[in-house]
Amino acid sequence: MSKSFKLDGRAIPFETGQTIMDAALAAGVYIPHLCHNPEFAPHGSCRVCLVDIGGRQVSACTAAASEGMEVDSSSEAIQATRRAILQMLFVEGNHVCPACEKSGACQLQAVAYYAGMLAPHFTHFFPRRPVDASHSDVIIDFNRCILCELCVRASRDLDGKRVFAISGRGLESHLVIDSPSGLLGDSSFAVGDKAAHVCPTGAILPKGRGYETPIGERLYDREPISIVGDVRAHEEEVV
Amino acid sequence: MTTNLETARHPETLKRVCIEPLTRVEGHGKVTLLLDEDNHVKQARLHIVEFRGFEKFIQGRPYWELPVLVQRLCGICPVSHHLAAAKACDRLIGVDRLTPTAEKVRRLMHLGQVLQSHALHFFHLSSPDLLFGIDDAVAHRNIVGVIRDHPEIAMQGVLLRKFGQEVIRVTSGKRVHGTGALPGGVNKNVSLEERDLLLAEIDRILDWAEKGVQLIKRIILTRPDFHYRFAAVDANTLSLVAPDGAFELYDGGLRARDAQGETLFDHADDQGYAQLIHEEIKPWSYMKFPFIVALGPEQGWYRVGPLARVNNCARFHTPLAEQERQDFAAAGEGRPLQAALTTHWARMIELLHCAEAIGELLADPDLQGTDLRCDGPLQTTGIGVLEAPRGTLFHHYEIDPDGLVTRANLIVSTTNNNQAMNASIRRVAADDLDGHELTEPLLNRIEVAIRAYDPCLSCATHALGKMPLELELLDAEGQHVGRLVRHADGSIAL
Repeated sequence: MSKSFKLDGRAIPFETGQTIMDAALAAGVYIPHLCHNPEFAPHGSCRVCLVDIGGRQVSACTAAASEGMEVDSSSEAIQATRRAILQMLFVEGNHVCPACEKSGACQLQAVAYYAGMLAPHFTHFFPRRPVDASHSDVIIDFNRCILCELCVRASRDLDGKRVFAISGRGLESHLVIDSPSGLLGDSSFAVGDKAAHVCPTGAILPKGRGYETPIGERLYDREPISIVGDVRAHEEEVV
Repeated sequence: MTTNLETARHPETLKRVCIEPLTRVEGHGKVTLLLDEDNHVKQARLHIVEFRGFEKFIQGRPYWELPVLVQRLCGICPVSHHLAAAKACDRLIGVDRLTPTAEKVRRLMHLGQVLQSHALHFFHLSSPDLLFGIDDAVAHRNIVGVIRDHPEIAMQGVLLRKFGQEVIRVTSGKRVHGTGALPGGVNKNVSLEERDLLLAEIDRILDWAEKGVQLIKRIILTRPDFHYRFAAVDANTLSLVAPDGAFELYDGGLRARDAQGETLFDHADDQGYAQLIHEEIKPWSYMKFPFIVALGPEQGWYRVGPLARVNNCARFHTPLAEQERQDFAAAGEGRPLQAALTTHWARMIELLHCAEAIGELLADPDLQGTDLRCDGPLQTTGIGVLEAPRGTLFHHYEIDPDGLVTRANLIVSTTNNNQAMNASIRRVAADDLDGHELTEPLLNRIEVAIRAYDPCLSCATHALGKMPLELELLDAEGQHVGRLVRHADGSIAL
């Protein structure tokens, strides 16, 4: 008899070694997440996948599933915590959805809608972060970086290049590029790299593409992320 | 009297009357009047007191964001900014001719924009003054009063606007702030289903548009002496025209005429606008004052918008609007009409033209074409000019080799009309207010003049870094220690 745990009252089967996130996704149950991508080792940094297990909040992408546990992923308390985390992510960068070409196909925006976030609530930091358009095929808009490290992990673990890293600590943490000038155009980065196709926001984008998908046909225009799934699964199709 | 009201010799001795906020006008503006003890007007100014700053904060952004980013300047005419920026971006990617589908989808989008904006401007914002009279009770002189007393007119206004917004939605994805135009083209065509949705409405829209022209014509001609005098100022005019001199909203050459209708320049290439138009900055407004270079800042100010366009064009290519234009031109008896409220007449003729032109375009199979975009070599400068609902709109961008914006200049319709609006409110101040005890209906006359030009002021405010400033340093006892002055040209003096 296979092992299982309860997620919002529903029995989720799992294999030993699986995390709550792995088992939930395998069972077709959505737990919101940003830094998690099944192709890479769990990171547990964005905290959006927080769930409650007996009064203790843990990240579903790093917590191992265990027999008989009862996991709450949809209570108002959990959603409120996720909203607060998302609101902090939004004010920490410059996420201007009305003018962002990723709007409608952005995982950050879609997760925020899923969690019921309607306004940023907190005071905006309005950091000054210039756009790096030095690469011939890809731009980096640091205003939209949420430090999920997916590009860092993709470049290091799959591309074998280590183009990206996080530098600084705490509020000073920021994405840096391994090149003599610090610019993407002077690095070994290429548009075919895995790291070019894992960003859950509009921070790493193909150059000049802009708003070529009409409103109504964008990834999350018709159905929410809980049904459509992550950006990454669709990135591979369009590039 | 009207020309000497811009400044007062001893403003500190005068009474100040301030109309703030201006009502039924989007954006924040105010009018100040300086009066002497006998209520004689010594100064009248329209101030635009809010600040936008788009030209500054789009610096460093990728050029392909511009059409979607800068349309947020406005909620009434975003499509005009969207398309002016897209036209500039066409130039940035080395494209000077779009595919037939892309050009026609954009033209359709713009016709929808002008139609909905004109409906809003006339029915929602200005019709209370026109239907009830400028002196009507303020509690009644509003759109609710129109709905109560003239429900059929109010309904036609609302539904005309709705149709225009549906045209915008079909071509750009959303009624407000869509994404249809891209550098070099558009991101969608018009499906047969979408076309039929609009075609089902077009006969009713044409009928209401014709009724709208008859309504304003009846209002104007019922009291011609008043309507031809009120806020009238002789002005130069500027607009785009088609190669044959016909009315044109989306793309054409620049035509300027003087107050008598004599040509100043004609079919000028919009890419050379900076040689024809310069801008002056004044210390009391965030809005710049453009002028025709050949005439200089004192004489070179001009009017744009419906009145300028209908005066300037040789004809409309659509029959019903052309018939109405001929009546309009005849009313001027050989001279261009110059009165502010005749702008509404011109506006409704344009609305009728938009309805006709939308009907024609919807029958064009190119709208269902699939060749949507062109491309070319990246350039460093892009200029896009079109006729927004309230007048000629200039977008000018410069980018670096990576495609990031380094400089932008936007001359919006309201800015082009800045001096003309000031001249009109001075005319009202001199004719109607001078020597009178000021009352709400009298002050409303000022607002009526502004509304005839423009119900929307906010997009015009962007004299960043050029506002004259005076800093005075005082010690703890309040004694003068030092003074620093930054003049409008940016020079600094101690």
